[in-house]
Amino acid sequence: MFGPTLALDAVDLRVEPGAVVALLGPNGAGKTTLLRLLATAIKPSAGGGRVLSEDLLKGRDRIRRRIGMISHSHHLYDDLTALENLQFAAAMRGLRVTREAIDKALGEVGLEGQANGKLRTFSTGMKRRLVIGKMLLFAPELLFLDEPHNTLDQAAIALLDGYVASVASRGGGAIVATHNLSRAYAMADHFVLIRDGAVTWRAPKEGLSAEMLRELYARYAEGPETVEGRS
Amino acid sequence: MEPRTRFATTLGAAAAIVLAVGIYLALVAAPPDAVMGQVQRIMYLHVPSILTAYVAFFIVFGASVLYLWKRDLRFDAVAVSSAEIGVLFTGITLATGSIWGKSTWGVWWTWDARLTLTAILFTIYVGYLMLRSFAEDPQAGARYGAVLAILGFLDIPLNHFAVYWWRTLHQPSSLLRPGGPSVARSMLVPLLVNMLGMVLLYTYFLLRRVQLERGRHRILEGRLKRGRRG
Amino acid sequence: MRAIEEVVRRTWAMTRKDVTVELRARERVNAMLFFAALVLFIFNFALGPDREKLREVAPGLLWLAFLFTGMLGLARSFQAERENDCFEELLLTPGDRESIYFGKLAGNVLFMLMAEALILPLFGILYNLDVWGALPSLALVAMLGTVGFSTIGTLLAAMTAHLRAREVMLPLLLFPLTVPVILGSVRATEAILSGGSLGEVSNWLKLLAGFDVIFLVACPLAFEFVLEE
Repeated sequence: MFGPTLALDAVDLRVEPGAVVALLGPNGAGKTTLLRLLATAIKPSAGGGRVLSEDLLKGRDRIRRRIGMISHSHHLYDDLTALENLQFAAAMRGLRVTREAIDKALGEVGLEGQANGKLRTFSTGMKRRLVIGKMLLFAPELLFLDEPHNTLDQAAIALLDGYVASVASRGGGAIVATHNLSRAYAMADHFVLIRDGAVTWRAPKEGLSAEMLRELYARYAEGPETVEGRS
Repeated sequence: MEPRTRFATTLGAAAAIVLAVGIYLALVAAPPDAVMGQVQRIMYLHVPSILTAYVAFFIVFGASVLYLWKRDLRFDAVAVSSAEIGVLFTGITLATGSIWGKSTWGVWWTWDARLTLTAILFTIYVGYLMLRSFAEDPQAGARYGAVLAILGFLDIPLNHFAVYWWRTLHQPSSLLRPGGPSVARSMLVPLLVNMLGMVLLYTYFLLRRVQLERGRHRILEGRLKRGRRG
Repeated sequence: MRAIEEVVRRTWAMTRKDVTVELRARERVNAMLFFAALVLFIFNFALGPDREKLREVAPGLLWLAFLFTGMLGLARSFQAERENDCFEELLLTPGDRESIYFGKLAGNVLFMLMAEALILPLFGILYNLDVWGALPSLALVAMLGTVGFSTIGTLLAAMTAHLRAREVMLPLLLFPLTVPVILGSVRATEAILSGGSLGEVSNWLKLLAGFDVIFLVACPLAFEFVLEE
C-alpha cells in the first residue's frame, strides 16, 4: 500500500470451506485493509494472493461474481425504493430476478411489505436487513463482513449471524473483521489476530473459551508485541 | 559519483555549452530580421521552448500509457517530472511570445492561433499537476494523472484544428512546413543549435527531477516499512 | 452476442437509475434550470441594450448558458454514488466498466439536452431571435456539442468526485480540453442563426463528430482506471 495507509506484511491466511474466520485486532492494525484486499476492493501494491482459487490480480471479475460484502456503509441509493435498489443491483450483476423472488427475500429478512418503501425512510437496521436480502438473492459463496454488528438491534444481529451460519453450513465461508470479541466468539470458529499489519496469532475455537480469547487478545493485541503464538 | 548522476551532470554540462554557443549565435552572429529588427532575436528562445515543450508533453503521454500498462512507478516519476518541465518551457514560450507580440504588434496578448494553443496546453498541464496534488493518495494521483495526460494528448490535434480554423494571425509555421524550413539559412543554424541545447537541457532537468521523485518514493516506502515494525 | 446484451442491459439499468433518482430528488434539474435562467438574464444586464451587438454575440451566449448549465449537471452526476459508498459497490460489481460509464453518460446527455430544450426558447424570447426556423440544424449541433462535452465531462466528474476542491477542479480540467467543442458548436450555431446552411460549416461539424467519436472510444476505456486502483 502506498501513501499514508498502513502496509500489510506477508499475510498467510487460509479459510476452509464451511469456516467462519474472525479477524481481530486493534484499530489501525490492518484488519479492514486485509479484508478489503481479499474482497478485491483494493489492490495489493506488491505480492498477491488467491481467493476462491482465483488470482487476486487477474481473476478479480470472477471473484466478484462469487462474493458478497457487508460493511457499515450500506452501498444503497437513498432515493430509490427497496425494490428498485434490489432490481438495480441485480441488473448490474446481469441477473434476472422476479418480483416474487424479491418479495420472498424481503420476507426472509423481516421487510415484507416494504418493497416500495423509500430507503431514506429506513432505519440503519432496516437498511442492513435489505443488504442481507440482497445477499440472499445473489447467493455469494464467500462473505466479507466489516464491523457488521455496529448499531444493530438484537433481532438484526440474530438475522445476520443466522445468515452467515447458513452460508457456512452450505460449504461457503465468511471472514469477519471486528473488534467486538463477544460477537466474534459467537459466530466464528477460527480467530486470527492482526497487529501492525501482520498476523501475530491464530487459533481454532475448540478448546478456547470466551475468557481465554479475551485474555489472549489482551496479551497479544494490547500488550508488547511478540511473534510467537499457536497456529 | 554514481554513474547515473555522472551521466546527468555530463548532460547538463553539454547543455550549458550548446546553449552558450546558441545564445552567442542568436544574439551576435545571426543577422537581424529585415522586417522586425533586433527584437526578432527572441524567436531563438521562443521557438525552441515550444518545440521542447511538445517533446516534454509527448513524453508525459508515453510515460502515462506505460504506467497504466505496467504499473511501474518509475514511469509515473517520468510523467510528472516531464510535465513539470513542460509547464516551465510552455511558460517561457508564453512569456517570450507575449514580449515579442508587444514589440511587434503593440499588444501583450493576441488571440492568434499559436499563442492560444500554447495557453490551452499550459492550462491542461497545470491542471494535470493540480489533479495529482489534490488526489487522495499518491497512487490515485498517478492513476488520475495518467488518464488525464492521455486525454490531453488526444485532445491536442483537435485543439490544433479548432483554433487554427478560428484564427490565423500568426505567421504560418516557418519550420514545420511541407516544403521544408523557410527560414533563412543564416537564421536556421542558430535556431537549430538552440533547439538542441534546449532538448539537452530538458533531458538534464528530467533526469534530475526523476531522481528526486524516485528518492521520494523510497522515503515513503521506508516510512511504511519502519512504521509497521513499530 | 450475450456479452453485448449484458452491456446494453447494464447501461440501461444505470441510466434508468439515474433518471429515477433525479426525478425523486430533483436536485440537478432544478439547479440547472434556475441557473440557466439567471445566466440569460444577467448577460442582458452585462451586455447592455444594443440589439445589434446582442445579435452578434448571441450564439456565444447561448452556448455559455448551455455549457455552464451542463457543468452544473456534470458536477452532480456522481453525487448519488458518493453517498453510502456506492462507488465501492460499483467497483465490486462484476462485469465490464464501460457500461457503467455509458449509463452515466447517457443520463448526463439526457439532462443536458433537456435543459437546452428549455433554455433555447427562453433565449429566443429574451433576445428576440428566431430559433424555430433553424430548429433541426440547431438540434444537430446541440447534440454533437452536448455529447462531446459530456464524454470528457462524465469521466472527469468521476475523477473529481473524490477530490478536495472538486467544484473548482472539474471546470478547470474540463474547459481547456473541450475548447474544440466550444469553438465548433458556437461557430456552427452562428452560421445557422445568421441564415446559413449546415454545408457552410461542414468542417466544424466534422470536427465535432470527430471529437465525439474519439472520446466515445477513449473515455469508457479510461473509466476503468478511474474507478479502480
